Amino acid sequence: MKFAIQVNEGPYQHQATDSAYHFAKAALDAGHEIMRVFFYHDGVNNGTNLTTPPQDDRNIVNRWSELAKEHDLDMVVCVAAAQRRGIVDEGEMQRNGKDAQNIADGFRISGLGQLIEAGIQSERLMVFGD
Amino acid sequence: MSEKIKKFMYLNRRAPYGTIYAWESLEVVLIGAAFDQDVSLAFIGDGVYQLLEGQDTSESDMKNFSTTYKALGDYDVTKLYVEKESLEERGLTLDDLMPLTWEDEDDDWAEKDSIRLVSRAELADVLDDQDVIYSF
Repeated sequence: MKFAIQVNEGPYQHQATDSAYHFAKAALDAGHEIMRVFFYHDGVNNGTNLTTPPQDDRNIVNRWSELAKEHDLDMVVCVAAAQRRGIVDEGEMQRNGKDAQNIADGFRISGLGQLIEAGIQSERLMVFGD
Repeated sequence: MSEKIKKFMYLNRRAPYGTIYAWESLEVVLIGAAFDQDVSLAFIGDGVYQLLEGQDTSESDMKNFSTTYKALGDYDVTKLYVEKESLEERGLTLDDLMPLTWEDEDDDWAEKDSIRLVSRAELADVLDDQDVIYSF
C-alpha cells in the first residue's frame, strides 16, 4: 500500500505526532510505502532542530530525522504554517530576512500543493490530529 | 495528468475562531482548487459556525475570513455539505448561514446554491463515497 501521512499537531503537546510516527514505522516495517509525511498546523513544530527534550524522554524530532534517513522519507513542512510558527530553512531565512534557521535534518519546507499531491498520488491519506 | 480525478473531502469540525484549524483548512481548499479534483466540503459539529452569517471579529483582533467562503464558487468549489443535526443541536437553521452560491456554466450561468443540507446518515454516505478526506 502506498500511504501518505498528514500530521496536524505539535510534538509533546499531543499524541497525534507519536501515533503518526509509530504508524509510519510499522507500515514501513511491514513493507508498505510512505510517499510523503506532511506536517501542518502546529505539526510543523516536529521539524525544528532547536527541540531539546529531557534526557529520559523520547526525542520526537530526532526520531523523525532518523526514520527519514533510514527509509529515504519525504518529510514536508508547510511553508505558510511554518512561517507563522517560526520554522525556517536556508531559503526562508534569506527570503524573510531572518538571522537563523532551524529546520531539522530530513525535513524540507514546501507548499500546500505537496499535501494535495499526496492525496492524489497515495492510495491512503492518513490524518493524525485532534 | 494521467491519474484519475479523485473525490476530495475537506471535513470542517471546528468553530472559525478560537483555533487556527478553520482558516488553515480554507487555505488548503484554495490551493487544492488548482488541482482539478472533485472537491466537497462538509461542516459538522462546531464547524457549522464557520458559515454563520454576520460574523464580526472587530473586537477580537482576528481576521474575518468568512467572506472567503463566498468566493469558493469562483474556485469551482460548489458542494458544501452542512449537517442538519449539527445545526439543530446549536439552535441554528439554514437561514442563519451565509447564502453561498455558484454559477453553473453548463446551465447558462444559472446561480445555484452551494450549501447542501444533509442528515447525519446522509453525510455518512457522502463521506463513505470519498477517496481522500482531509480532516480539520
